[in-house]
Amino acid sequence: MATIADLISILEGMNGIIQENKDFLTQLDMPIGDSDHGINMARGFQAVADKLPSLAEKDAGTILKTVGMTLVSTVGGASGPLYGTAFMKAAVAANGKTELTMADFLAMLDAAVEGVKFRGKSTTGEQTMLDAMVPALEAMKAASGSVGEILAAGLAAAQAGVENTKGMIATKGRASYLGERSLGHQDPGATSFALLLSVIAKHFA
Amino acid sequence: MVGIVIVSHSQKIAEGTRELALQMAPEAPIAAAGGLPDGGIGTDFQRIYDAIESVAGTDGVIVLFDMGSAIMTTEMVIDSFEGTDIRMVDGPVVESSVVAAVSSAVGMDMDGIVEAIRDAAQTPKLSS
Repeated sequence: MATIADLISILEGMNGIIQENKDFLTQLDMPIGDSDHGINMARGFQAVADKLPSLAEKDAGTILKTVGMTLVSTVGGASGPLYGTAFMKAAVAANGKTELTMADFLAMLDAAVEGVKFRGKSTTGEQTMLDAMVPALEAMKAASGSVGEILAAGLAAAQAGVENTKGMIATKGRASYLGERSLGHQDPGATSFALLLSVIAKHFA
Repeated sequence: MVGIVIVSHSQKIAEGTRELALQMAPEAPIAAAGGLPDGGIGTDFQRIYDAIESVAGTDGVIVLFDMGSAIMTTEMVIDSFEGTDIRMVDGPVVESSVVAAVSSAVGMDMDGIVEAIRDAAQTPKLSS
């Protein structure tokens, strides 16, 4: 499925899509959060992009661990430890590998989901990134066909998950202080996850 | 003495709380880890790491924190630390910092300070 060159290219693409959507993500965070999701993610993924040239010769585990550590060190908001943990857990599942299969990718995403649940003491239905991550993972586990088709199914489920966060009342994160006023809003973290997944899906489409 | 670290999204909150606690216990080892390196609002892994390291002695370190990423980032810092007993203690940051400072300054051990903070957190500030 994927070589190290694919992985580096995808991570570059992730920085690109986060930079493009920086203002959009921050706008989503304004009514229900602290208006920094886009700014924080853009800072973190730019720092990741700056490190990529030095990682081209490394294995997938080392690359993803570096990505995770960089996000933890530079994001500055809750998405730092959450995405940082996600990438660091995925790194463990990809340890030593220089080629990744679909099964590897699903194992990495599975580990990432568990990491986010642990770090955020959270689960689905709480208007968080998990409401995009978990449906995506489940859809891809259930899907069959080519890599492109499986990723497309995952992306569609993630995007539907983002839409579903509008019907939730936040019980985790800054939005939880708003109680019922969080209803009707699309979760910024779920949105950024769907954006990141769209880069992977597009790469293999 | 037990070290004390105050983690906040705001540099001013962390430093101001430290200042307030030091007024009652000038010799207490307290470090502030607030905000981002550029002065903005947020929590910074390295700042928290450095703050813990700066007050880490043989008696351990107590970390007090505000919310969200202050908790998660501190947990990740603690995961990366070795050989020091570091405990995150829940409670109102300002009152807990004062209690921790005066307790540490008189040589109370980690368990004693944790208990003192928990007591303080449960004591109403308004008596009526």
